[in-house]
Amino acid sequence: MTEAAARTRGKLGSPRPTWFPARLVGLRSETATARTLAFEVPGWPGHLAGQHVDVRLTAADGYSAQRAYSISAPTDGDRVSITVQEVGGGEVSPYLEETMELGDQLEVRGPIGGWFVWSPSPDAPVEQPVLLVAGGSGVVPLMAMVRERARSCSRAPFRLVYSVRSPSEVLYAAELAERAANGDGLRVDLIHTRNGPADGSRPVGRITAADLATPSDAGWPDNPRPRAYVCGPTAFVEHSIRLLLDIGYSNSNIRAERFGPSGG
Amino acid sequence: MSIFTRGFGGRRDADGVTLPPGQHLTDGFPVLSAGPTQYVEPEDWAFTITTETDAKRTWSWDDLLQLPNEDVEVDIHCVTRWSKLATRWRGVPVEAFFEDSESEADYVMAHSYGGYTTNLPLEDLLDGKAWLVHEYDGGPIPAEHGGPVRLLVPHLYLWKSAKWLSGFTMLIGDEPGFWEGFGYHNYGDPWREERYAGD
Repeated sequence: MTEAAARTRGKLGSPRPTWFPARLVGLRSETATARTLAFEVPGWPGHLAGQHVDVRLTAADGYSAQRAYSISAPTDGDRVSITVQEVGGGEVSPYLEETMELGDQLEVRGPIGGWFVWSPSPDAPVEQPVLLVAGGSGVVPLMAMVRERARSCSRAPFRLVYSVRSPSEVLYAAELAERAANGDGLRVDLIHTRNGPADGSRPVGRITAADLATPSDAGWPDNPRPRAYVCGPTAFVEHSIRLLLDIGYSNSNIRAERFGPSGG
Repeated sequence: MSIFTRGFGGRRDADGVTLPPGQHLTDGFPVLSAGPTQYVEPEDWAFTITTETDAKRTWSWDDLLQLPNEDVEVDIHCVTRWSKLATRWRGVPVEAFFEDSESEADYVMAHSYGGYTTNLPLEDLLDGKAWLVHEYDGGPIPAEHGGPVRLLVPHLYLWKSAKWLSGFTMLIGDEPGFWEGFGYHNYGDPWREERYAGD
C-alpha cells in the first residue's frame, strides 16, 4: 500500500481495522523495566505517528486478554513496534516486558486513533511548530512523531519536554540526545521529578509553566502558533494542559492522550 | 487459524464477573478525552435542546435540580478496554427533557463545552436508559470526569456519555460525532464489541 493510502486510512479510520497475526522479530531494552518489541505483521496497512494498536494474547486454553499500546516508530512496511513499561501487578505488561521471546506470536489490530497524530505538511509555507509534552512512558507515541519528523525530512520545529522521575527511567535516552545534538531543529528538555543527574541545571521537581514556555532562543515563528501534544498519566496531562492554557495555548491547539491506572 | 501466544498464562477472573468481550476491570477511573478538560461552574452551566425546526429550550443548573432526580448504580465500559463495576451517580433521566418535545427526529447529537460531539439514536436515551448526571459517588462530578453535568449512557461505550454536556441537537438523519468521525463505531455496544467502524 502506498503511504498516501495509509494516511487516508488512518484519518478516516476505515475500512474496519482487522486482527493480524504478529511475530516478534526484534527486542531492545530501553531501561531496567521497559523494552521495545518489534513485530512483523504481514498485511499491515501502515500507520500515522501517534496511533496505537490493540494487542491480543491467547493462552493455550483459549483464554485471551487485550490491551492497547502506542506504536513507537513510524510506518515501515510490515513492521510494528511498541515499547512496554512494566506495570506492577499487570496481567499483560509483565509477559511482554519479560517473558516473550523472538519468534513468539500474538495478534495486533489497527492502526487505531486518528486524532492524536502528527504528519508533516511539506506544502505549508511555514511548518507549524510542535511541542511534545511527555510524562513517563507517555513519551512512546511522541517518540513516533520525533522519528516520523526525521524519516520524512520535515523541518517543522519540534521540542520535546519529557518528565521522568529519575535519569534511569528515560526511554530512548541515547537516541534523543543524538537527535537533539544534530542541529536540525529538534530540542529535548528533560524534567526530573525525584532524582536529577549530577550535572542537572534544572532543580528536581514537577513540570512548570516555565518548562513549557517557548524558549526565547528557539527561533519559532509567530505564525502559525505551535500545536501541543500531551501524553502521560491522567494527573500529569491535566496539570500540563492547565499550564499550557495559562501560557497562551488554546483548546484548539492542544491534543491530549491520557492513560489511567488500568494496570497494563 | 488461531494464534496462541507461547508462555502467556493470563489471569483468570477470580470474581466470576462477566464483562463485555475484550474488557478488563479497573479499580481506578481512567480518562479518555481528546483535548483539555473543561472547567464550567454550575451557575454558568446550561443545557439546550435544539430541534430540527431550530426551536430551542434551555435548562439551568437550578432547573436540573428541580427535576425528578434519581440514584443510578451502573457498570461502565470504556473503549480503551477498562470496565468499572457499580459506579454510583445521581441525575435526571433524559426522557424528562423530552416531555413537551415537538421533535420528530430519531437521532441526537450531544454537544459538550469545548466542542466535543457524539451521536446517538433517540431511543437509546429514553425509557430509563440514560441520564444527565451531576453527582458521582456522593459528591460533585470532578471536572476531569465531566462535571458539572455529563451524559450517562451506560449500555454504550463511555465515549457516548459526553462530558461537560451543553446540549442536544435533534437530527432527522444520523450524523457522526467526534470519535465516530475518526473511525470509532457509530453505535458502540460493548457487548457486541462495536469498537470501530465495521465491527
